Amino acid sequence: MSMTEIKPSSATLEKQRSASYSNINPGKIIRWTLLFMGGVVMVMPIVYMLSTSLKWPHEIYNLSIIPDEPTLENYIFVLEDGRFYKWFVNSLIIATATTVSAVLFDSMVGYTLCKFSFRGRMFVFIAILSTLMIPTEMLVIPWYIMARDFGWLNSYWGIMFPGMMTAFGTFLMKQFFESVPDDFLEAARIDGLNEFQIWWSVAMPLVTPALSALAIFVFLGNWTAFIWPLIVTNSPDLYTLPVGLTTFSVEQSVQWELIMTGAALATIPTLIVFLVFQRYIIRGVVMAGLKG
Amino acid sequence: MATVALKDLVKTFDKTEVLHGINLEIEDGEFVVFVGPSGCGKSTTLRMLAGLEEVTSGEIHIGDMMVNHLEPKERNIAMVFQNYAIYPHMSVRKNIGFGLRTAKMSKQDKEKRIDEVAEILSMSELLDRRPSQLSGGQRQRVAIGRAMVRDPQVFLFDEPLSNLDAQLRTQMRLEIKKLHQRVGTTIIFVTHDQVEAMTLADRIVIMKDGYIQQVGTPTEVYQNPANLFVAQFIGAPSMNMLEGRLTNEGIVLDAGFTIPVRPKVAPQGMTIGIRPSELTPAKEGEAALMEGSVSVVEPLGSETLIYVDVGSTEIVATVPGRTLPELGSRVRLNTPKEEIHFFDTKTGQALK
Ligand SMILES: Nc1ncnc2c1ncn2[C@@H]1O[C@H](COP(=O)(O)OP(=O)(O)OP(=O)(O)O)[C@@H](O)[C@H]1O
Ligand SMILES: [Mg+2]
Repeated sequence: MSMTEIKPSSATLEKQRSASYSNINPGKIIRWTLLFMGGVVMVMPIVYMLSTSLKWPHEIYNLSIIPDEPTLENYIFVLEDGRFYKWFVNSLIIATATTVSAVLFDSMVGYTLCKFSFRGRMFVFIAILSTLMIPTEMLVIPWYIMARDFGWLNSYWGIMFPGMMTAFGTFLMKQFFESVPDDFLEAARIDGLNEFQIWWSVAMPLVTPALSALAIFVFLGNWTAFIWPLIVTNSPDLYTLPVGLTTFSVEQSVQWELIMTGAALATIPTLIVFLVFQRYIIRGVVMAGLKG
Repeated sequence: MATVALKDLVKTFDKTEVLHGINLEIEDGEFVVFVGPSGCGKSTTLRMLAGLEEVTSGEIHIGDMMVNHLEPKERNIAMVFQNYAIYPHMSVRKNIGFGLRTAKMSKQDKEKRIDEVAEILSMSELLDRRPSQLSGGQRQRVAIGRAMVRDPQVFLFDEPLSNLDAQLRTQMRLEIKKLHQRVGTTIIFVTHDQVEAMTLADRIVIMKDGYIQQVGTPTEVYQNPANLFVAQFIGAPSMNMLEGRLTNEGIVLDAGFTIPVRPKVAPQGMTIGIRPSELTPAKEGEAALMEGSVSVVEPLGSETLIYVDVGSTEIVATVPGRTLPELGSRVRLNTPKEEIHFFDTKTGQALK
C-alpha cells in the first residue's frame, strides 16, 4: 500500500496555493469581513465576562481585555460561598424539570394537533399560537396572583409552573410531526400498538432533531430566566442563579467581578446541554431519509 | 389464512361518495390484485379492509367474522405500504420484530420467528443493519418481513413496488409471487400497473371511479374484457378502438372500411377493438381487413410497434422484430375474426 501512495509534489501544492489566492475576490472579502465583525460583536461580551472575572476589584473599570494582575481569587470566593451552590442547584432543578416537562407535553400536544382530526382542532391551535403574542412582562402579574392564591409563592413549583408547557414548543413540534408520514403511524396501528405507544415509540424517535432543538431552547430560556423567578421568590434559598447573582451587587457597591465570575460558571451547564443535544440534531438530519 | 368478502361497501368522504357499493368474494389463499387508474378508490378499499378507514355502509368479512367495527390489530391482517414505513431508528431485526411486540410469545420464540422470516426473505445477514444502510429493494423486503412475522390471515399491499426502479420492480414482483406460493396466505395487492396485475394475480379486480368494472383471471380480462374501459386498460400497448355503425354488409367503420362480421346482439353504434398483437401484415394476394400508411415506427428489440394511419384514425400494430417498414409506406393488415371485440358505443359494454 505505502509503495503506491501518491504524494502531491511540491509543485502541485504550489499551484493549488496560488490558485486559492486567486480565488479571493471583493465579494468574498466583504462577506468575510461582515462575518468577522458579527463574530466579534457576539464574542466580545463573553470575552469581557471572562476577563472581568479574572480581575481584582480595583481594576474592573479598566477596559483592557488582559488583566494586569490576573487572579483566580474571584472564582475561589464564589465557589467557597455556599450561596452559589444553592442557586446553581436551584437553577439546575428548575431548568431540568421544565425542560423535561415542556419537551414531553409540547410534543404530546403538537402530535395531537397534527395527527388527529377532531372538532375544534384549529381553534385550539390558534388559541395556543395567540399566546405567543403576549410578552412575559404582561403575564407576570396574572401569574403572580395565581401563584399567590394557590399558595405557590416561594416554591420550586411556583417558579416552574409557567414554563412547564410552551406555545412555541407546541407549534414547533406540530410542524415537525407534519413531516412524519402517516404510513408509519398506520403501520404501527396495524401492528397492534395503542395511540400512546405509537406516539412514544414511533413518532417521537422520528423527531429527535426537533426534540433536541426544543430541549436546548427551553433549557437556556429557563436557565437564564430572571424576571419571573425574581418576582415569585423572596427567600434567598430559592433564588435561581441569575437572581442570586444580582445580590452580589446590592450591598455597598456593585461587585462586577463576582457577578462575572458567577456568570462564567453559569455558562458551563448550558455548554454541556448544547454539546449533548446538538449531536442528536445532526444525527437526526442524517437519518431522516425515508425511501430510496 | 382466510376468505375475505366485501358486501355493498360504500365510502363517503365528507359528502363525496368515492366507493359506490363494492361486492367481492375472495377465496382462501387467493392472490387478488386491485388495479385501476389513480383516484379510483383502490387504496380506500384496502384501507377500509385494514381498519384504517371507517366503513360508511356495507360489510367487510374476514374469515367468518364481520370486522366492520374491529380495530386494525384485531383483524389479524398485515399491510405493506408504498413507502415501506420501516422505522429508521431501529435495526432490521427490531423492525421485523416490531409486529410481535404485543404478541404473547416467549423471547426465544420471537427471535426464532424473526430468524425464520429473515431466512425466507434471504436477509439473515442484514438483520443488524439500519434501514439507512439498505437498498430500496432490501427495505421493501424488510417491510414485507414485518408483515409476515405475525403470520396474518390476510396480506394487504398498497403499491409496494412503485418506488423501485424498473428492474428491481420486476425482481421483487417475482419474489412476492414466490412468497405467496410458499406461504399460501390470502393476498390483496393494489397497483396501477397493469403488467404487475397480470403477472401476479390469480384474479384481477379492475376498478374505475369507485366501481368495479370486471373481476376475472388475467386471461379472462385480457381475452374477454367486459367493457371498453377494461379492454383499453389491460394490455400494452392498448387495444385499438374503432367506432362504426351497423349496416347490412357488416360494420362500417368511421376509419373507412367495413368489417363483414357482426355479433348476435347488435346495437346501431358499435365500437370494435383489436389488440395490436393480433394485427398481422396480410400475405401477398390475400384480402386485407384494412390498409394504411405507416406514420411512426418504434423498435423495441424483440418486436416493433408500428403506428398506421387508417383513414382518419391511427392504429397500432405489433410486428415481429426484424420487419421494419419504412415511414409512409403502405401496409395491409389482417386479423383473425375471433380476435375482434365488439362493444356498444353508447354503454361501453362488450357484445358477444
Ligand atoms: N382522506 C380523504 N379525504 C377526502 N377524500 C379522499 C381521502 N382519501 C381519498 N380520497 C378520495 O377518494 C378517492 C379515491 O382515493 P384512493 O386513494 O382510494 O385512490 P387510489 O385508487 O388508491 O389512487 P392512486 O392510484 O393514486 O393511489 C380519490 O378521489 C381521493 O381524492
Ligand atoms: Mg392509492
